[in-house]
Amino acid sequence: MAKPKRNSKRGPAPRQSRARRAPIIELNDVTKVYPGGHMALDRINLSIGRGEFVFLVGPTGCGKSTLIKMLIRELDATDGTVRIAGRDIGALPEKKIALLRRNIGTVFQDFKLLPNRTVYDNVAYALQVIGASRAEIREQVPATLRLVGLSTKLNNYPDQLSGGEQQRVSVARAFVNHPPLVLADEPSGNLDPVTSIGIMQLLYRINKTGTTVVVVTHDREMVDNMRRRVIELYEGRVVRDEVSGGYTEESTKEFGLRMRAEMGVGQHGEGQTNGHDHERLF
Amino acid sequence: MSRLIFFFKEAIRALRRNGAPTLAAIVTTVVTVVLLGVLIPVFQTAQGKSDSIRDELHAEYSIYDDATKAERQQLRGELEAIPHVDRVVYVTKAEALERLRDLVTDKSIADNLNSNPLPASFEVYADDAANLPGIKATVFPNGSDGKPFNPIVAKEFAEGDGSGETIEQVTGALKVVLTVITALLVLASLMLVGNTIRLSIYTRRREVEVMRLVGATRWFIRWPFMIEGVIVGFAGGLVAILILWLGKITIVDPLSDKFKLLAAQDNVGFPTLIVVLFAASILVSTIGSGLTLRRFLKV
Repeated sequence: MAKPKRNSKRGPAPRQSRARRAPIIELNDVTKVYPGGHMALDRINLSIGRGEFVFLVGPTGCGKSTLIKMLIRELDATDGTVRIAGRDIGALPEKKIALLRRNIGTVFQDFKLLPNRTVYDNVAYALQVIGASRAEIREQVPATLRLVGLSTKLNNYPDQLSGGEQQRVSVARAFVNHPPLVLADEPSGNLDPVTSIGIMQLLYRINKTGTTVVVVTHDREMVDNMRRRVIELYEGRVVRDEVSGGYTEESTKEFGLRMRAEMGVGQHGEGQTNGHDHERLF
Repeated sequence: MSRLIFFFKEAIRALRRNGAPTLAAIVTTVVTVVLLGVLIPVFQTAQGKSDSIRDELHAEYSIYDDATKAERQQLRGELEAIPHVDRVVYVTKAEALERLRDLVTDKSIADNLNSNPLPASFEVYADDAANLPGIKATVFPNGSDGKPFNPIVAKEFAEGDGSGETIEQVTGALKVVLTVITALLVLASLMLVGNTIRLSIYTRRREVEVMRLVGATRWFIRWPFMIEGVIVGFAGGLVAILILWLGKITIVDPLSDKFKLLAAQDNVGFPTLIVVLFAASILVSTIGSGLTLRRFLKV
């Protein structure tokens, strides 16, 4: 397993405990100005603790995607500091960026699957390119695909899968080396409501293992019904940061049932969906 | 080890997907290497030939029969003292007759001579053919009809006047033309390998994106592309050397008995040539892919 190995490599003990205490994501006065003068983010301050499930919402162009890209250092902040697990990632040398990304799983609206590889190979690819051993790949890939409910479609190609199934493959790929943080940028943007709930339920399940999950979406209804922490961006500023509790201890199944009930889909609304993803969940 | 297998698998997968441009790059490499393989020996043979001709170029001065041994020694010293003189060879009257006998087909002409009419002479070799006129001007300061610098010198035998410069010019022109052709060919293969890699970057942009997202290191992403370049160079070099070898055993070897120019190719050394060409083709394609990666693969 990759995770304990990483921990053992990580410096002396006091530093490790400090890293454990630090929030997984911490932004201080983060500003991003694109060349041309457009200000995408304007002095953002926020902190996300370990194990949280957070929604990042806001209209198109409010800076959500910029923020996500900054967290994986696809973009550099113009000003301010971005800290992941207590480390200023703006100060990371080029060489360490790859290591940062190994600790962050990413899921995107367009899945980003490789069309000429099978489901199994797509997920295995994520482990291959970070130099995982063959034994590790043989152990982790089937386990993760079982977690996302695709253990019967290992040898299918992405174009033989439904949209929801493809997104599950993408989630499996993001989670296969068990990163402490998963970022999902509009994971249900291309999917119908029931399939979307399935994906959310999957992300919730991953969150239950202790992984911090940040979901970017513009689906206000979904967010309001889920009753998790919501950070809303508007024109580059945080305009709302609410933590609403009450459901933190619910099981994945309860979560799914409640979501269906609140969004008016599910048991009685099954007819309007392809039924695919939703059935496999239970 | 499993990484190396992964890199090769990825590279071969990419090459297969870009069949046509890959083939174009390999064929260009083949053409370049074959032409180089032909041009290098031709170039070396021409150079060797002109060197040997230039080696034979010399001035020859006959001396009067009544010159004493001391006078001859003095003249030798004076000739050797002229700048750019490489060596001075004394040819006795008997040796001169012997040479004549070799030259003529009717041996009886030499045998029928009552006495040896040929003079003894000094052959003066220059360190470079281009310096020969200067030496001649020193021995005969006022032209070959004027007075020589030493009274025992009788006459200058005319020997290839100006041919030194002509050979110099021809070899020089040959050098320039071949260098330009070689440079253009190397450039063409460099660009075609680069183009193949560029297409490969384009067709594999999703893989690259995914690799970056899941945290593959920069060199992990680059290696398959580099290996693609090496494979193109290797394949091109291999085919070219096969063609050259076939050409050697079917065309050059049978003819080399009849043509001295072809036989002179032996001084190039076929195994050395193969190693050099093979290394060059791999090097060129590696450079081609490396440069393309620097420009087009942003990781």
